Amino acid sequence: MGFLKRTTRRVPEEEKYFVAKPRQLMWWKYRKHKLAVVALGVIVLMYLLAAFVEPLAPYNPEAKHLRHLYAPPQGMHFWYDGKFHLWPATYKLKFRIDAETLREVYYEDPAEFSPVTMFHRGDRYRMWDLFETDIHVLGTDSGGTIFLFGTDGMGRDLLSRMMYGSRVSLSIGFIGVFLSFLLGIMLGGVSGYFGGVTDLMIQRIIEVLRSIPSIPLWMGLSAALPMTWSPLKVYFGITVILSFLGWTGTARAVRGKLLALREEDFAMAAYLAGASNARIIRKHLLPSFLSHIIVSITLHIPGMILGETALSYLGLGLRAPIISWGVLLKDCQNIQDVALHPWLLFPVLFLMLVILSFNFMGDGLRDAADPYAARTS
Amino acid sequence: MINYVIRRIVYMIPTLIIISMVSFVIIQLPPGDYLTTKIAQLEAQDELINRDLIEALRAEYGLDKPIYVQYAKWMWNVLQGDFGYSWEWNKPVVDVIGEQILLTTVVSLASMFLVYLIAIPIGIYSATHQYSAGDHALTFLGFLGLTTPNFLLAIVLLYAGYSFFDKSFIGLFSPEFENAPWSLAKVLDLLTHMWIPVIVISVSSVAGHIRVMRANLLDELKKQYVVTARAKGLSERKLLLKYPVRMAVNPMISGLSVLLPHLVSGATITAVVLSLPTTGPMLLGALRSQDVYLSGAFILLLSTLTVVSTLLSDLLLAWVDPRIRFD
Repeated sequence: MGFLKRTTRRVPEEEKYFVAKPRQLMWWKYRKHKLAVVALGVIVLMYLLAAFVEPLAPYNPEAKHLRHLYAPPQGMHFWYDGKFHLWPATYKLKFRIDAETLREVYYEDPAEFSPVTMFHRGDRYRMWDLFETDIHVLGTDSGGTIFLFGTDGMGRDLLSRMMYGSRVSLSIGFIGVFLSFLLGIMLGGVSGYFGGVTDLMIQRIIEVLRSIPSIPLWMGLSAALPMTWSPLKVYFGITVILSFLGWTGTARAVRGKLLALREEDFAMAAYLAGASNARIIRKHLLPSFLSHIIVSITLHIPGMILGETALSYLGLGLRAPIISWGVLLKDCQNIQDVALHPWLLFPVLFLMLVILSFNFMGDGLRDAADPYAARTS
Repeated sequence: MINYVIRRIVYMIPTLIIISMVSFVIIQLPPGDYLTTKIAQLEAQDELINRDLIEALRAEYGLDKPIYVQYAKWMWNVLQGDFGYSWEWNKPVVDVIGEQILLTTVVSLASMFLVYLIAIPIGIYSATHQYSAGDHALTFLGFLGLTTPNFLLAIVLLYAGYSFFDKSFIGLFSPEFENAPWSLAKVLDLLTHMWIPVIVISVSSVAGHIRVMRANLLDELKKQYVVTARAKGLSERKLLLKYPVRMAVNPMISGLSVLLPHLVSGATITAVVLSLPTTGPMLLGALRSQDVYLSGAFILLLSTLTVVSTLLSDLLLAWVDPRIRFD
């Protein structure tokens, strides 16, 4: 036991350990996993961004800037007007015809610049459908533009679209995981509790679902969503499809834990004290493995986010006018387009950052889920 | 052993039945059936409809009968090797998909071998050099590989190939072999083109398997028998390969049942990105145009493929590890 060694050195520390609540212990243990802490920060930031996207995005995601089709990412420059400034500005984007390829090539002209303004009054939007305003955290005055990630083929600001897309892409994982959590706990609970034929059948179904390759199955199911459905309905349909395979892992874990814990002394003690079956499960068994279930669920979120992206990329998932990272990546299907306009690949970076963060967070949570276990290796 | 094989094969039957049901549900899910869509299309174009032909087709596929009869009929035909008719290609499904399924199998199996070929040696290295610089570097690479979804990797690779090497990684054959009949030259051509998709498909699984192999071997290395063998003066190399590695590989073999669906799934979407002539693009096309018998056959066959290979992996495991077959 690691903490016993510590007692000889630092008494108050040790006492803190004994009086701490499980939640406190979990946090202490989680904190030791440095990467997981960073990942948690990234994830919280991403979700905050998704929540307050309207004022944070510089433009309306559907606003078309017809003079700036496929504009490359603009830099923020501190050197303008012939001297160094502490406040950044963007240079004006101009284009010329390339003599060799006869293509329009954008270039930034330092002679014309527009300082970046905060709380800029730009495109109008409704904040959370509550009130209408036009204040954006970042913007530029005097006819300048601020396309930090460039624009797409219709002249829409990619950064704004990615920010709006995070709303759908990040929430679909959560809702999907919640649905598979419900299904998994119910079916796994039934399976582990009743045993016998029910158990055998549910286990068989789980085995089958796990042996079907997920992408072809997802593709098949989502192709069945009627084209006439409203965006909201399609969104919900895709979530249900994604959770269709997700519940099997949870059900397995719940069943395994239930079977093992049923034999524990404390369960027997509760039974002898006259507690009902429902009470034993709810008050004694469930709390002792809930943290494990939550961890295994967290590790499923990236899979769901990727599933949505893959389906939308293939054109079987979400469709415009919904904006999600997968829908944005659909522009990358034509590789010649991507080679000419590589900034269209920016959503990939966001996606990987989020996936990586969820994985590290899951790793840290797995260590923290059982705060009483001695730390191994 | 015979007993074990028979038991495993019997276990497989309900699995296959449920898979066939899932495939059938996918066939049935789109609203209406293909015939109604087709008729509407023809009527919109003011074309004459051959009523007799339509009625004959409707009767042949039992579209006028209740759903369980349709399922039974479909299954009965499938068991006789008749997967129905592809409306889009105007050919029996069997003629359309044969080569695609074969190529998917080849690509998936090649990826599987690559996964083991790379993951096991690296896993052994990582475990025997725990916390060394090499181990840390490999762990980092592993994590990166684990989190990069293979279709994104394919896109990035395509972009890199296009803009830096001026070479396209698209397809499985050179243009001159695309429609040529099978020959030795075509097989060689396939081998030179196959390695890119195979690497793309296996990257994430390689990363996962390195982690598993490393963890398994670390557990084994702590055990008493390793100490005993070392005390008896066995050479380090022989000791490692003869005992702990053999033990650590077992869970990897049983992991095949999870690996294979994963690879087939990855192969499907990678194929769409790299436009390989495997099942991916055709399945996507069939799903988009609601060519239901074609897509149903694909899903049924791909799933059956993975179930059968799972069986093979179980038998392999039983062969390698005697404790299992006497269980």
